[in-house]
Amino acid sequence: MVAAASLRERALAALQDVCDPEIPVLTISDLGILRHVSVSGDTVDVTITPTYSGCPAMTMITLDIETALSRAGINARVRTCLSPAWTSDWLTVAAREKLAAHGVAPPPHTSSRRALFSAAQLACPHCGSADTEQLSEFGSTACKSLHRCRACREPFDAFKCH
Amino acid sequence: MATTSITVEETPLVRQVLYRADDALILGHRLSEWTGHAPILEEELALANIALDLIGQARLLYAYAGELTGHGEDQLAYLRDAPAWRNCLLVELPNGDFAFTITRLLLFAAFADPFWRTATASSDSTFAAVAAKAEKETAYHLRHAAEWLIRLGDGTEESHRRAQTAVDDLWPYTGELFAAVEGNAMPSPASLHGVWKETVDSALSRATLARPQDGWMQSGGRAGRHTEHLGHLLAELQYLQRTYPGATW
Repeated sequence: MVAAASLRERALAALQDVCDPEIPVLTISDLGILRHVSVSGDTVDVTITPTYSGCPAMTMITLDIETALSRAGINARVRTCLSPAWTSDWLTVAAREKLAAHGVAPPPHTSSRRALFSAAQLACPHCGSADTEQLSEFGSTACKSLHRCRACREPFDAFKCH
Repeated sequence: MATTSITVEETPLVRQVLYRADDALILGHRLSEWTGHAPILEEELALANIALDLIGQARLLYAYAGELTGHGEDQLAYLRDAPAWRNCLLVELPNGDFAFTITRLLLFAAFADPFWRTATASSDSTFAAVAAKAEKETAYHLRHAAEWLIRLGDGTEESHRRAQTAVDDLWPYTGELFAAVEGNAMPSPASLHGVWKETVDSALSRATLARPQDGWMQSGGRAGRHTEHLGHLLAELQYLQRTYPGATW
């Protein structure tokens, strides 16, 4: 029992360093991708959830988890779980602050299911101005859209609301 | 050897999963053909992103079909001949011009959006989980296609003409989306016709485009009777596994 608890703690500590390969300022637990860590015998079971159906980073993240735990001398099994489905509301407060500091606007707390032709209003992560426009709802990765600030003229990415 | 085509034992549930998986993969493949050819950079990213969402949805669904049939995700995608594919004809038609691609995406997404939203309440838990992801992604696809269709229809004389031609040419392929499906793990397609028509009508009228009369509708895709275009698409999609059986990287 004690051994299992300490194995789980060692695993959690090792997982603190696993980051999203596409947004390296965020760890997988900041993002809400890391769902469960449990111990069975001498093996640690890690459950993660995909952000988007086609997210190509999931394979990389699985590999990074296995590598991080193997470096800590831990046998690991990584499993993907679809339900309940990930939502951008699971980003932690720390994650939202880190995103903004990284120049990516955090997702608004609304559903992606807004009126068909309306656009989300976002504050510029560089200068804070609310005078921004959307250039494209599809950005450099599946989880980001592309915007421009009319005040400071800088382009910026925004984490999509899902 | 693995080049031998597989035969899938299709229960009603397997067929329902394959309808959705095949629609998503074939449309995703068609959209991916735009990579490197889109009219502007933002659109290049958008079409590739939408293709990625669809291929992602297809993978989740093939993984589920794999659990039900014993065939792996890759076998289902790479080792079925054209008559074993269950996608509707709408998604396999060649891309045509940009107006045709966007109009097709709108007609499909206007169906997929309420379909996945309804499917989130499915009694089949795997299907409901896939739907919970897909419905959010599809909302973006629908909005993107609708916004473009309005720009094209309400744009120049040339863009209007091309958009109207696309609507007219694609219309006979929309009936198949609503064909009755055996089994009740998924929403009945016919029950979504009203909301589909409302969405499409609203986009067409904003785009100043005319909605064609419902007439005779094309069908056959769900039964494996495809247009000649699917064979060409599969030749490219399956080339590697057919040539180098079991290749991995």
